[in-house]
Amino acid sequence: MTAVSSASPGLEGPESKNRLFGPLPDVQGEAGYEADHPARVGFFTDTSVCIGCKACEVACKEWNTLPMDDSQGKKDAMGLSGMSYDNTGMLGANSWRHVAFIEQSRAVDLPMPAFGRPGDDRTDAGLPVNPVSPQADSVLNAQTSVLNAEALSEFDPQTGQSGADKQIRWLMSSDVCKHCTHAGCLDVCPTGALFRSEFGTVVVQQDICNGCGYCVPACPYGVIDKREDDGRVFKCTMCYDRLTDGLQPACATACPTQSIQFGDLDELQARADARLATLKGQGVETARLYGRDEDDGVGGNGAFFLLLDEPEVYGLPPDPIVTTRDLPSMWKAAAAGAAMIVGVVASAFVGRKR
Amino acid sequence: MTGPSNDGHDNGRAPSSGPTGNEPAGPAPVTPGAGWHRAGGTDLTKPRRKRRKGGGGWGSGNREAAMVPEAEFSSYYGRQIIKTPTWKNPEVPIYFFLGGAAGTSSVIAALAEFTGRPKLARNAEYAAGVGALASVVLLIDDLGRPERFLHMLRVFKVTSPLSVGSYILSPFSALTSAAAAFRLLDLAPVAGLATKVVPFLPKVAGSIPVLRKASAVGAAAFGGPMATYTAVLIANTAVPSWHAPYDELPFVFAGSAMAAGGGITMALTPVDEAGPSRKVALTGVAVELAAMHRVENGHGIVSEPYHLGKAGKLLRAAKAATVSGAGITALAGRTRAGSVVGGVLLATGSLLTRMGVFEAGMASAKDPKYTVIPQRERIAAREAARGATADGTEGNAVEAGEASTITR
Repeated sequence: MTAVSSASPGLEGPESKNRLFGPLPDVQGEAGYEADHPARVGFFTDTSVCIGCKACEVACKEWNTLPMDDSQGKKDAMGLSGMSYDNTGMLGANSWRHVAFIEQSRAVDLPMPAFGRPGDDRTDAGLPVNPVSPQADSVLNAQTSVLNAEALSEFDPQTGQSGADKQIRWLMSSDVCKHCTHAGCLDVCPTGALFRSEFGTVVVQQDICNGCGYCVPACPYGVIDKREDDGRVFKCTMCYDRLTDGLQPACATACPTQSIQFGDLDELQARADARLATLKGQGVETARLYGRDEDDGVGGNGAFFLLLDEPEVYGLPPDPIVTTRDLPSMWKAAAAGAAMIVGVVASAFVGRKR
Repeated sequence: MTGPSNDGHDNGRAPSSGPTGNEPAGPAPVTPGAGWHRAGGTDLTKPRRKRRKGGGGWGSGNREAAMVPEAEFSSYYGRQIIKTPTWKNPEVPIYFFLGGAAGTSSVIAALAEFTGRPKLARNAEYAAGVGALASVVLLIDDLGRPERFLHMLRVFKVTSPLSVGSYILSPFSALTSAAAAFRLLDLAPVAGLATKVVPFLPKVAGSIPVLRKASAVGAAAFGGPMATYTAVLIANTAVPSWHAPYDELPFVFAGSAMAAGGGITMALTPVDEAGPSRKVALTGVAVELAAMHRVENGHGIVSEPYHLGKAGKLLRAAKAATVSGAGITALAGRTRAGSVVGGVLLATGSLLTRMGVFEAGMASAKDPKYTVIPQRERIAAREAARGATADGTEGNAVEAGEASTITR
């Protein structure tokens, strides 16, 4: 067992670059693990093939014995959100997976094309195109991968439905803790209850947490929350107990469409890049990766997403930053303020005694 | 498209987006997001504006009405993105207030000890001790598992203001309460009682003032940080209206702490000894008002919650109490009545300021627009900067060979 610090990368140290934000190639090594630690694992949630079945939510609740809660996070309450098929509402102490539902429409010009989706015939923009016969290539892809949108296009609920003058699509996305490279919750935890696991994930030690609640507003995604009657905070552990036994997390195991993919993070990132290129090639203009960029405000996510619209449409912040990025400035201002108090009081005592 | 850089950017893209004979069969997605919006009548992804009804925070001044115009943004059914802090209200803002008042009082006490102001020293030591002990109680009470308070001291993390704060509050409360306890021994009944418990007390009575002064000096070393670390505590969160003014909030809290500590010690102490307290309080008011002005006006949409609703009311009341307290202190601070009224008003203003800042942060956490719009602006600014740099290179390439393909 290696000596592992539950402290986050500190402010000082010889190589202070990227310790508070920015890319961090070896996140476990930074947390104090020996070089022989396992590879960093993560989730790639491909929302373009999510069917909104909520198997992930159920599997998560079952495996982690999470209590029931309503769409406001109220424990042991059952209630309908009244806004969509989404009655989970949000991530919280009792919901570690949350499937978002967004029904969208857009106006289209008549007549509707009768030969498939917009962009399906485009062959010049995508990457994996067989130069001899694009058609053969797509058949091959369809046979080899359930993730290929060509194969799904005939029944894809996200793009297939169309009316006379408008198209309808449903966006569904299974949200989860992002297991950030620079995790605000982990940085601010004063007890060391939150720690970086050997898999690069961020986990709460429930026997240490004293319920100070600092991690709750520190998370830029609004993931972690306090269970009020318990007093402690809870969030996704990426099934730490299953990982240590060589199993996949419950949600990824239960997902029937491979929308939730679990694996080594670098492998998932390569897979996501290829998937994005495929979708772009098929004319899905709005596809984008979220949390994939290691230069973003949290140094990239351990759990990242392929989205079909802006992040905020799914309830995700468009440009999150880890709050501790600015902490050195804050400490400087606080030190200056403290010195000012001493200086002002001292100068008030100087001079004529009144 | 106003700036030349934007035009250049479009020109650079024009050749690749021209007709290729292989356009998508459907409508070209010209609008952002390919024209998708929430299905149904009204676009429910745009949050309903609730604050306007009944006048609310908009009624009492046209300052709010002239604030940032309604901006377009998307959200998930108007739901908040970050979580609302679970900290107890009003316990936590009261803790901020007491920490500030006690912190300033401890510095006043240490200096009064050595400048021949025994009554000011005594009162400041009592104020610091009581404030620090109450702070500890409030902080522990705010925990979800109070019995695990000592878990705070099992690690030390500079990345956690609450961890640093625990290591400030612990010695500060110990030293201020020690100084106050030694001061209590000056009272005959207390000394008599203490002698019954500790029989050798009279023999060491001579060292008590030395111990007291040492405790007061030690406490004063932690007094300043005690007053300002709480500003870092709230600024180091994802709460938009707390995080954005992270450079100013420590000075708001420092000024507010000086107003409170100066005001409380001034109200308790005879006027001929309370001169330093008056000066500290008046300087504190100036610092607080100046820093708070920047918090309330310098951060665009994120400053808005400081003017609206409950936070706006609290902060207007705080300003009224602070300004009138400062006025009374300046004009009538050398009369007993004036110093009591002025001191009480200053302390009230300080408490209301902390409560208002706390409420503003809570309000900004609950509305997704304060999370989304500043982040969108950040992205836009970054892309504008990137576009400006990319323009330079693309412009050169265009001049080199592709100028003929450009159409305006």
